[in-house]
Amino acid sequence: MMIFNIFGIAIIALIIWWFWLYKPNQTLANNNEVLIEVKDGVYSPSAIQVNASQPITLKFLRKDQSPCSETLLIPTLDISEQLKLNDVTQIHLSDIPQGEHVFHCQMQMYRGVLKVV
Amino acid sequence: MTEFNADVFSQKSCCCQSTKKSSECEKKENTMSAAVTEQQLVIEGAGCASCVGKIEAALKQTPGVQSAEMNFADRTVLVSGTTDTQSLVKAVESVGYNAKPLEDNPYTDAVDEKEAADWVYYKKLMRDTFIALLLGVPLMIYSIVVGEMTVETNTERLSWLVVGLLTLGVMFFSGRHFYIGAWKSFKNHSANMDTLIALGTGTAWLYSMLVVFIPDAVPLMARHVYFEATAMIIGLIDLGLALELKARGKTSEAIKRLIGLQAKTATIIRDNKEVQIAIDQVLLNDVIKVRPGEKIPVDGVVIEGHTSIDESMLTGEPMPVEKTLEDEVVAGTLNKSGMILFKVTRVGKDTALAQIISMVKRAQNSKPPIGRLADVISAYFVPVVMIVSVLSALAWLNFGPEPALAFAIVSATTVLIIACPCALGLATPMSVMVGVGKAAEAGVLIRNGEALQTASKITAMILDKTGTITEGTPKVTDIILANASDENTVLQLAASLESGSEHPLAMAIVESALEQDIELLKIEAFNAITGMGVEASCDGKALLFGNSKLMAKKQVDLGKYTDKAQALAKEAKTPMYFAVDGQLAAIIAVADPIKSDSISAIKRLQANGIRVIMLTGDNKETAAAVANKAGISEFFAEVLPEDKANKVQELQEQGEIVGMTGDGINDAPALALADVGFAIGTGTDVAIESADITLMRGSLHGLADAIAVSKATLRNIKQNLFGAFVYNVAGIPFAAGVLYPFFGLLLSPVIAGAAMAFSSLTVVSNANRLRLFKAQDH
Repeated sequence: MMIFNIFGIAIIALIIWWFWLYKPNQTLANNNEVLIEVKDGVYSPSAIQVNASQPITLKFLRKDQSPCSETLLIPTLDISEQLKLNDVTQIHLSDIPQGEHVFHCQMQMYRGVLKVV
Repeated sequence: MTEFNADVFSQKSCCCQSTKKSSECEKKENTMSAAVTEQQLVIEGAGCASCVGKIEAALKQTPGVQSAEMNFADRTVLVSGTTDTQSLVKAVESVGYNAKPLEDNPYTDAVDEKEAADWVYYKKLMRDTFIALLLGVPLMIYSIVVGEMTVETNTERLSWLVVGLLTLGVMFFSGRHFYIGAWKSFKNHSANMDTLIALGTGTAWLYSMLVVFIPDAVPLMARHVYFEATAMIIGLIDLGLALELKARGKTSEAIKRLIGLQAKTATIIRDNKEVQIAIDQVLLNDVIKVRPGEKIPVDGVVIEGHTSIDESMLTGEPMPVEKTLEDEVVAGTLNKSGMILFKVTRVGKDTALAQIISMVKRAQNSKPPIGRLADVISAYFVPVVMIVSVLSALAWLNFGPEPALAFAIVSATTVLIIACPCALGLATPMSVMVGVGKAAEAGVLIRNGEALQTASKITAMILDKTGTITEGTPKVTDIILANASDENTVLQLAASLESGSEHPLAMAIVESALEQDIELLKIEAFNAITGMGVEASCDGKALLFGNSKLMAKKQVDLGKYTDKAQALAKEAKTPMYFAVDGQLAAIIAVADPIKSDSISAIKRLQANGIRVIMLTGDNKETAAAVANKAGISEFFAEVLPEDKANKVQELQEQGEIVGMTGDGINDAPALALADVGFAIGTGTDVAIESADITLMRGSLHGLADAIAVSKATLRNIKQNLFGAFVYNVAGIPFAAGVLYPFFGLLLSPVIAGAAMAFSSLTVVSNANRLRLFKAQDH
């Protein structure tokens, strides 16, 4: 029983670390544009870092048929876009305020972050 | 392509688009000759960019063709030349593709594409459901008829091994998307609905296979298999997703209807010839011909003809609007009676219809503050459920009865499966989507979710008098002479003086003079005195026109004429004093009739418990008379434009949630300060970016409709949120087995799967009920 309990507690610790504490590597936007694939429930890449002075084009390529993936929201920038299936939807951003701008679908199951430094 | 400036959010039209269009324009101008026509064909079967060259080459080799340019993105080709359509179609067919003239082809716009994609996805989900239930249902029936599905003999092991492999097939064919999604999310350090389903069904299957392969690893009493649960859960959740997809389609009907208003082609006049072209080929300053029964394809100004146009699809106003020279026409509206030519003033994303569509889309995807808690919960929900699942399994293992391991597996699986982040996540956006769309159908444009929510809570509504309660087109009703002897001379001088002012009352006087063919004189030293009136000189005479304050300031003796002015004011007319060289010459009264339906609309607002207050720059007597006629007991008269915002603030300090309704331009500061600013327009020329809520028609019933739809939407959101919270808060502990010690109840994972699948469907269906919302008859 002890083994089960230790195993269970270890799983809980792993969940907390993996989903909440771990900070994933961020993709640096080099060419003023980033292609983000929307597929299988995730944005790839989901963590993007840009400089505040740098204008950037986020190119969302939606390959997921699920209706959840259709809407892209960046609430802090007041952006709401419908992503067309199997097509690239471009969002040009300039003068973005510093900080983290979370982008997600309507239900927040797809989540990503644009970090402006 | 969309451009955003993060400081000032704006959607700009694509700059490259205009460049492209101008170059296209030049090209077209160069190639146009008397016999040349332009035709657009839709190409079918062109699947790669290299097809473009083949098709263009085939067309260019056709005798009479001067140019052929294919747009691969929308699979159309624009051909200039003297060749007939049939020859062009044959030329395309000769290189292995099909072609049809644009007007004969069903137009494939974004909505159609989305519907087609949704239909394909729906069919896939239904196929997945069928495959999963084909295995799951017989297994389920078997488990009910035979009882527990245990593994005791080698024959049973072999049989269940076959079933286990079949279930693996179901997991692969029907549930693959859950496992791929879960794995990708996991790698991304995020978790979603797929994670829960994959873990739940995966745990049930793995445990069952453990029992089949190594039965001795688990106690005898715990040797159950749960293959039926895995197959049924996958089938039911796929079914739920399919039905949800169908229901979601209905939530966006309003935006589809708006998009459907866009015409596909336009008939333009070039070199005295009519050419039918695709809507995206229309350029600024093109001249467009519209026959009766046709849609207005883009925005413009009438340059020839006279007609009546049905604008109800945009404004909600059922009466057609007369249009003649220099009147604006708007894309998406319907030409009813006459043929007109109009000059294009706005195309593409700049048309009023495109802006309305863009605004409605944006508002549909914005969230009212009430949904923020659900957002916060959604962000942490899945990992929390995973932790609860593990804790539940540990609790059963430590404190549960035998077979504790089987109970632990069942409870852990059921917790994972029953938890539904989707219901929480969908609760608010689905209702907003339907509510905002419903409002748009009634000619009410809601800027965002916050405006929607606040509008539902308004306790006080300030209405500007002129143009809001009244028609906004005042007319001269009385001229009472004082020290003047001739009405025409008074009107000539007064109109000449007022011609420098843009005030609606001034315009009424100028219009009255012009109607009587009175020539206006040249004035000098014009000076507008805010809130009082105007002064100027004309032929050496000092002219003054305005209210009693102005006369008092300039020491003009009004004598007995103040009584006469008050008598006019009591009749809801606005009396103004006109003085020449410091002496009162006449009183000119102007009346602005109350809109025919203002009184009933104000009653609707009051019946909803809203305190209605009228605001006007007019004198007290006139204000009182208008307020009395309109059924308003509270009003503020003689309010200067800059004081309107102060009145809003005063009411806010009294604890009221204040709505302000005005024309959106003069009232901008008050509209901005109010909790919700309503811009009221007459027709489609309204500045839709100027307020929280824009009423496309002039009727105050739009205001009552806006508040009614906001209340209905908020009620719907609350129902959804309540349902989603209660479902998860009650369902998760039940699935974990909290009722077992008291009543011996433990939820089956299959029931949990069904509940989970239909919880999101319930939310979407409840949001769809809003589609039945109807503004009160008026």
